[in-house]
Amino acid sequence: MADPMRIRAQVSGDKATVRVLMSHEMESGQRKDAAGNTVPAWFIQEVTASLNGKVVLSADWGPAVSKNPFLQFTVKGAKAGDKLAVTWKDTKGETRTDEATVS
Amino acid sequence: MQTRRDLLKRSAIVAGLLAGTGLFPQYALAYNKGAFEAKSVADVLKALGAGAPTESKEVTISGPDIAENGAVVPLTASTTIAGVKQMLILVEKNPAALVARYDVTDSVEANFATRSKMGQSSDVYAVAITADGKAFFAKKEVKVTLGGCGG
Repeated sequence: MADPMRIRAQVSGDKATVRVLMSHEMESGQRKDAAGNTVPAWFIQEVTASLNGKVVLSADWGPAVSKNPFLQFTVKGAKAGDKLAVTWKDTKGETRTDEATVS
Repeated sequence: MQTRRDLLKRSAIVAGLLAGTGLFPQYALAYNKGAFEAKSVADVLKALGAGAPTESKEVTISGPDIAENGAVVPLTASTTIAGVKQMLILVEKNPAALVARYDVTDSVEANFATRSKMGQSSDVYAVAITADGKAFFAKKEVKVTLGGCGG
């Protein structure tokens, strides 16, 4: 939640490879803390990415995605200068959006 | 006499059940809790309304043969099958098998990479589900030296 997502989108031909690194605890709900209590699950559930405002990717994640999640995908029809926005929503209902320009 | 509260609670449960069966169209589908709580690969596919999967050379799952750290295992799922609507990454022996589900639109390639937690050495699956509900998969064994679920 604290840090912005790091988004890198690089064009190659008519496609852009997008790499996103998000900052999130991604508690699976399986861990126990020092006192032996189960740490409650808290993880990103939904991720959407839009290119110039049009949704190009939507994903659902479970508790098994690693802490500080990494995501890589390839968008077709992207050009340098396009705006790529990535949004996530987690189990607490919190959400975050970050934007990057395709280069 | 039914109170308004009861009615709301009841319709929320029914909506949840309906969403779990996959009757709602993909974009309106709220987070599919049933699929993410399913324990086996077959149950996940049932929860998503897909048929039994067939192994296919056109689906690939890549990842390390041995993962040094089970908390962070890079996995990539991709397919060359046309008309794919969703791609899934599953870890068979995790407490909940489904790791991630990606909707494939015309604007993205069916090729997704992420990092996942693996509790123990297990088979990892990439599943491609087409518009008509057929599922195709590829699997790979990933050995884990240090479990990633905090155990």
